[in-house]
Amino acid sequence: MPLDRYIQPMIRELANPTRFMSLSGTLLPWVGGLAAILMIVGLYMVWFAAPADYQQGETVKIMYLHVPAAWLSLFFYMIMATSALGTLVWRHPLADVSQKAAAPIGAAFTLICLVTGSLWGKPMWGTYWQWDARLTSMLVMLLIYLGILALWRAIEEPNRAARAVSILTLVGAVNVPIVKFSVDWWNTLHQPASVFRIDGPTIHASMLVPLLIMAVAFSLVGIALHLAGMRTEILRRRVRTLTILEAERLDAQAA
Amino acid sequence: MSHTFFIAFSYILTALVVAGLILRAVIDHRMQVRALADLESRGIGRRSRRG
Repeated sequence: MPLDRYIQPMIRELANPTRFMSLSGTLLPWVGGLAAILMIVGLYMVWFAAPADYQQGETVKIMYLHVPAAWLSLFFYMIMATSALGTLVWRHPLADVSQKAAAPIGAAFTLICLVTGSLWGKPMWGTYWQWDARLTSMLVMLLIYLGILALWRAIEEPNRAARAVSILTLVGAVNVPIVKFSVDWWNTLHQPASVFRIDGPTIHASMLVPLLIMAVAFSLVGIALHLAGMRTEILRRRVRTLTILEAERLDAQAA
Repeated sequence: MSHTFFIAFSYILTALVVAGLILRAVIDHRMQVRALADLESRGIGRRSRRG
C-alpha cells in the first residue's frame, strides 16, 4: 500500500526523540503563531461580526467557546487512545510521551466545556445542571481524565505506569461515542448535533464561519500545547535517566 | 443586559484556564532545561555513559 510506504517510515523516523525534538522545535513557533492569529480573527468575528441569536440573544457567544472545547475534549481523548495503542501494540517510544502530554490538556478543555455549558444553561434552560445523557457522559469524561492523571501518579515505575494507564485509556474510550451520540440515543435537554450532520449544518453561515474559525484556533492552541508538553516530557525523561546515572556513579564511588 | 455576567464569566474562565495551560507548559519546560543543564555541568552528560 502506498500509504504505508510513506507513513510508516515517517512514524519510525519520529520514534527517535532527538529527531522529534528538532522537528517539533521548528514546528512549534509556527503552530503557536497561527493559533494566536486565528484566535484574534475568531474573537473579532464573534464579538464584532456574528449576530445575536433571535431567541438566545447575546448568550449565543458562549457557543464559540463551549463547542470548540467539547470537540477538543474528544479530540484529545482520541489522541490518548491512539497513543495507548502505540504503547501496548506497537511499543512506540514516543507513544507514552504523547499520552502523558495530552491528558492535562484534554482534562482542561473538558472542564471548560462543562463550566461554559453550565453558564449557558442557567440563562437559557433555567438550570446550571441537568442529569441528562450528554451532560452526564461529559462529566464522566472529566472523571476518566482525572482518573488517568491520578493513576500516573500512583505507579512510580514509568513502564508499568504507561501500560496501566494505556489499558485504562482504552477502556475509557467507550465513552467517546457515548458522548457524541448521547443526544441521538436518548431524549436529552441538550440539543442534537447541528454542525456535523449528514444533511449538512443547520447553523447560518454568519455563526458557522466564526464557530469553525474558533474551532481551528482552539485545535491549534491544543496541538501547540501538546507538542510543547511532549518536548518537556522528553527532557524530563532525560533528567530522570541522568539523575539515576549520577546516583549509580556516586554509589560506585562510595563502594 | 442581565446575561452579560454569564457571557463574561465564560470568557474569563476560558482565558484563565488556557493561560494556565500555557504558563504551566513554559514553567515546566524551563525547570527541565535547568535541571538538565545542572546535571550536565556536573559532568553527567549523555556521552559520559559510554566512557
